[in-house]
Amino acid sequence: MNSRIPILKIGSFLLASIQVELDDELAVSLQEDLTQAITKHGAKGVLIDVSSMEIIDSFIGRVLGNVAACSRILDAVTVVVGMRPAVAITLVEMGVGLHGIRTALNVDRGLALLREATERPAAG
Amino acid sequence: MKVVREETLPIREKADIVRIRQQVRAWTGELGFGLVEQTKMITAASELARNTLDHGAGGHVEIRDLSDGERRGLRLVFADEGPGIADLQIALQDGYTTGTGMGLGLSGAKRLVNDFEIESEPGQGTTVTITRWLT
Repeated sequence: MNSRIPILKIGSFLLASIQVELDDELAVSLQEDLTQAITKHGAKGVLIDVSSMEIIDSFIGRVLGNVAACSRILDAVTVVVGMRPAVAITLVEMGVGLHGIRTALNVDRGLALLREATERPAAG
Repeated sequence: MKVVREETLPIREKADIVRIRQQVRAWTGELGFGLVEQTKMITAASELARNTLDHGAGGHVEIRDLSDGERRGLRLVFADEGPGIADLQIALQDGYTTGTGMGLGLSGAKRLVNDFEIESEPGQGTTVTITRWLT
């Protein structure tokens, strides 16, 4: 499986929608690709759509946390959107709180959150 | 307790983790588990399959459809012939890791199932058995 998750550019934001079964290698390559894309495009925000994901285990949770941490260092905000309720329940029960990761119910709300978070207050 | 059906899958490479998730999804679906129960069992399987691969140098999982009187359930037995675990109590602590993960593989999987058993001795490999009963 040498496929990559496509990363779309929307204005100053990036969108990665995970539509395939995410194995560990693909998860790690997504982390690398997103981090590089932030720098390449000078992106201010990253949306990761997990609405198709039937499970998120602690490894994938850690990768999502790493993306958020890397983007923070590169002055971008990460929002994970569309998590299924059963996935959220399972993560919390396991003790994976996804601390430091912002979330939104869907892509629309995630975009709104990014716009809010990246709007610089007017100088003066 | 009766084993209605049984299947053994290898755990030799990363792609096997995904295959095990898919099989556990199929089995829990056939048994009639609810969505949240299915998700918990698949997630637990994913954690333990990764442990078997990363810490046990690979092994296999036995998937068993169990019938116990009125109860029906799914049992997964993960076995490896790796180095074993010297101190199980420490290994089961949240956040304890010898690898690169979050240290939630064993403790997290334990919280997602009804029954959890682990047997291990240094040099003897590790066997982790998890069961979720249909409610």
